[in-house]
Amino acid sequence: MKIKQISVFLENKKGRLYEALKAVADKNINIRALSIADTSEFGILRMIVNNPEEAKKALEENGFTTKITNVIAVGVKDEPGGLAEILKYLYDADINVEYIYAFVEKSKEKAVVVLKTNNLDKSISILQEKGVHLLSWDDILKL
Amino acid sequence: MFWNKEIECMDEEKLRELQLKKLKEVVKRVYERVPFYKKKFDEKGIKPEDIKTLDDIKYLPFTSKMDMREAYPFGLFAEPLSEIVEVHTSSGTTGKPVVAGYTRKDIELWAELIARSLTMIGVTKDDIIQIAYGYGLFTGGLGFHYGAQKIGATVVPASAGNTRRQIELMKDFGTTVIACTPSYALYLAEYAKEEMGIDPSALKLKKGSFGAEMWTEEMRKEIEKRFGIEAYNVYGLTEIIGPGVAHECPAKNGLHIWEDHFLVEIIDPETGETLPEGQEGELVITSLSREGMPMIRFRTRDITTLHREKCDCGRTLARIERIKGRSDDMIKVRGVMIFPYQIEQAILEVQGVEPHYQIVLTRPHYLDEIEVQVEMSKEVFSDDVKTIENLRKKLEKRVEEAVGVRVKVTLVEPKSIPRSEGKAKRIIDKRNLK
Repeated sequence: MKIKQISVFLENKKGRLYEALKAVADKNINIRALSIADTSEFGILRMIVNNPEEAKKALEENGFTTKITNVIAVGVKDEPGGLAEILKYLYDADINVEYIYAFVEKSKEKAVVVLKTNNLDKSISILQEKGVHLLSWDDILKL
Repeated sequence: MFWNKEIECMDEEKLRELQLKKLKEVVKRVYERVPFYKKKFDEKGIKPEDIKTLDDIKYLPFTSKMDMREAYPFGLFAEPLSEIVEVHTSSGTTGKPVVAGYTRKDIELWAELIARSLTMIGVTKDDIIQIAYGYGLFTGGLGFHYGAQKIGATVVPASAGNTRRQIELMKDFGTTVIACTPSYALYLAEYAKEEMGIDPSALKLKKGSFGAEMWTEEMRKEIEKRFGIEAYNVYGLTEIIGPGVAHECPAKNGLHIWEDHFLVEIIDPETGETLPEGQEGELVITSLSREGMPMIRFRTRDITTLHREKCDCGRTLARIERIKGRSDDMIKVRGVMIFPYQIEQAILEVQGVEPHYQIVLTRPHYLDEIEVQVEMSKEVFSDDVKTIENLRKKLEKRVEEAVGVRVKVTLVEPKSIPRSEGKAKRIIDKRNLK
């Protein structure tokens, strides 16, 4: 139930985000979800793409430092409190959320949210236990 | 292994006798032949006959880089141009270059020094030595060339630059010894691996002689690890002869100075006073055997310590420690003296950080600020901001502990710091000091 995310180190310099995205676009790789964590000095671009290995190669060829990490994608009821409910399950299980961002597309009536926690395996089992919909890699590709 | 065991293991008393005899000769020679020295000696009221012991050298005037610029181009030559068979110059990045003139005997001397140095680290006629120091006016290339040929090794005069070809040559020729600047060695290793898919440690290289710029023990470890070789430190300077004034032996515990040809002193750079043995200061060299351009008490600007204890390798000649800094490179930040090597050592102590860095000095509000830019490496990159922030803070803390001044560390993208094929440019001073 883990899905692959690619992260890219970006210096806070004009044009670097564009160049990173262009490197991916040139290889015809589609970005499904994206977020940028930034500090005053640097940023980390995190993406879910349809072909992470290919994206990694393209980015590294263009001089970027990258890393592929596992995250989980959660289907969240598109209604008030939908996400809060899921976070409560994790909170109760003493799991820390490191970061979170959303997919643009919806899966049926659900919004899709990317989650990275300090304990992915435990998060998966807790959420499954509570009947939360976790998306598989195939589900992601179908979005 | 010894090239000239008799000299290299000479009894100390005999060595001092030899040095004194040569010192008297060279002082007399320059006084008679070089108007520059005659004038300086006369100003100090000293005559060549006044030099009766080695200790009396302290009465002689220093020669500085500035003096050499004023004497440009041939003012310090002690032989007519008809006897000079070769000239070299320093890079001249900070003004007129320094010109060095060599007689045929000087060239032979130079070859002897390099032959001793290379033999000391086990290079023989069976080795293939790739010389990736620049050939031409720079002393690095030709100096090594003469010495390696004297040993009878197979010389590959690759000169500096053209990195892809350097690696192809190493691979195809089976190069066993490399001579280049340490920063270029690291670049070669990186280029081989990343641009050519060649594992540098799989090459036939066994050892290298690295110098012409400041480097650290950490850099040595990196070079040794990446190539799987023994890396040795060589010292020299254009004003004296070029590379080969001193070289490390397999003990890697200081560089043996070829004292039968060079008389060394360590002085306090501020006062010019001679410092007692074992104390850090500026290296001053008198060349005892040069014909074309002998140097009297040349202030090298290099900071080091002199040791005379017996070395494990059996040589009796004194050793200088790895050059710690150049009094010109020394940066004064908020009144504190800092050498780039201190910063380098500190950042390389952090696991996974690449030895590519740059120091930027600014003075935004009447106060100096140091920024150390360090390249982000694959090894330490993380998808988590906190992890990267912690790394940055750790680097800041290490550097601050090493230099005693607050610094700002910035992580930059890989390969964004310019690579050099010669001496690495580590400091960018934007302070606009008047």
